[in-house]
Amino acid sequence: MNLPDAEGLFEALVAQLRSRVTPDTRIVGIVTGGAWLAERLHRALGVNTPLGVLDPSFYRDDFGKAGLHHQVKPSQIPFEVQGQGILLVDDVLFTGRTVRGAMNELFDYGRPARIDLAVLVDRGGRELPIAAQHVGASFEVPPGKVLVLDRTPSGALSLTLSDKRRERKAAS
Amino acid sequence: MSRNPQLNEKGALQHLLTIEGLPREVLTHILDTATSFINVAEREVKKVPLLRGKSVFNLFFEASTRTRTTFEIAAKRLSADVINLNIATSSQTKGETLLDTIDNLSAMHADMFVVRHATSGAPHLIAQHVGSHAHVINAGDGRHAHPTQGLLDSYTIRHYKHDFRRLTVAIVGDVLHSRVARSLIHALTTLGAPDVRVVGPKTLLPTGVEQLGVRVFHEMRSGIRDCDVIVMLRVQNERMKGALLPSDQEFFKSYGLTPERLALARPDAIVMHPGPINRGVEIDSAVADGSQAVILSQVTFGIAVRMAVLSILAGN
Repeated sequence: MNLPDAEGLFEALVAQLRSRVTPDTRIVGIVTGGAWLAERLHRALGVNTPLGVLDPSFYRDDFGKAGLHHQVKPSQIPFEVQGQGILLVDDVLFTGRTVRGAMNELFDYGRPARIDLAVLVDRGGRELPIAAQHVGASFEVPPGKVLVLDRTPSGALSLTLSDKRRERKAAS
Repeated sequence: MSRNPQLNEKGALQHLLTIEGLPREVLTHILDTATSFINVAEREVKKVPLLRGKSVFNLFFEASTRTRTTFEIAAKRLSADVINLNIATSSQTKGETLLDTIDNLSAMHADMFVVRHATSGAPHLIAQHVGSHAHVINAGDGRHAHPTQGLLDSYTIRHYKHDFRRLTVAIVGDVLHSRVARSLIHALTTLGAPDVRVVGPKTLLPTGVEQLGVRVFHEMRSGIRDCDVIVMLRVQNERMKGALLPSDQEFFKSYGLTPERLALARPDAIVMHPGPINRGVEIDSAVADGSQAVILSQVTFGIAVRMAVLSILAGN
């Protein structure tokens, strides 16, 4: 199938968010692709608050089945969560389970006043009642396939369709 | 060749009994995972839900404060249920065998056993006995191994020195009786530290210790010269009664870490100690309380390292 250009979707997302985001907005990206996207949004939208990064691996609902085999990145939330509005960012919204884990983790830092979700792609297939407020594009992806966001060394984003998840190998 | 008894049929870590023979990737994975647990302690809620519904049994057949407490905190920060058994004062004194005790606890649906025992090999015996769903962590067995201490020492060294590949590390004191020293030596050689030294009198160094890949020094000044890391071992008072050492004072005179001796190491050298410290026996108070000592950081990092071990085992 023909995949849209990730940079085009990024521009669409920036256009949607421009009126919603202020220099004080607290942006939190979900590793790995969501954090890349959040980094780009943070710069493009001129946000001053430092960027937050979440790795919700310790909050996954499939730990009993999958274990901890990849390298978990330390979550970093360099701002107060209590009573604040948070813009949560991920690359691809699918079942909603990752977002569920990320929200649970955020609540362990404090009680946010509000959480909005921005994603580059909504590929459908939700298994939980979770929706994104800001979406670059929505399209169906064949079941069993994984939509993967990649980043070149210069920071350019691209989408590919793969048969398996992104490898997150342990650091040496 | 038979399989490493710590690994399951998929080659993943099922039990943590000793660092000896574990691949570098396994050690690095544990240290990297520990890094992610460090800032959990700084949050509003100091817990992650990873081990929710799991039962962790702390079986301490030998006294311990630091290790037992940090294992308990680690398991609780992972949301596990923790049961502490002080076996020295329970069934064993009534004559129950070790494996009967384990069978009874297994019947209570234990998921993990954290075991300290005065006899080398006891955790290994338990690991062979428990069902395939259960995990055993050695929290110190006899003179054999104390793998989570070796890992937290490695974590501390990596935290301050970043790269093992250029380091000179001196381990000073009673290496003969020290499971801490043995585990740290295996960890450091596996992680690629090129110069690991043991420093102590002939009576307190095991014969053939060179075969572990360390250099032997009997003289303190040459042993710690230009070191990046100095690990002082506890002089085990209970061993002093033998003819191994004339006295505490004699040991301090020859091997105690004083500010004057520390000045022989690199200016940015760190001083470590597994605790509990004996001030004036192996370490001078001015050093123990000085700016180069990272002894209390070791304790803090120990919680994150034990969280990493518990969560990796529970997921395998």
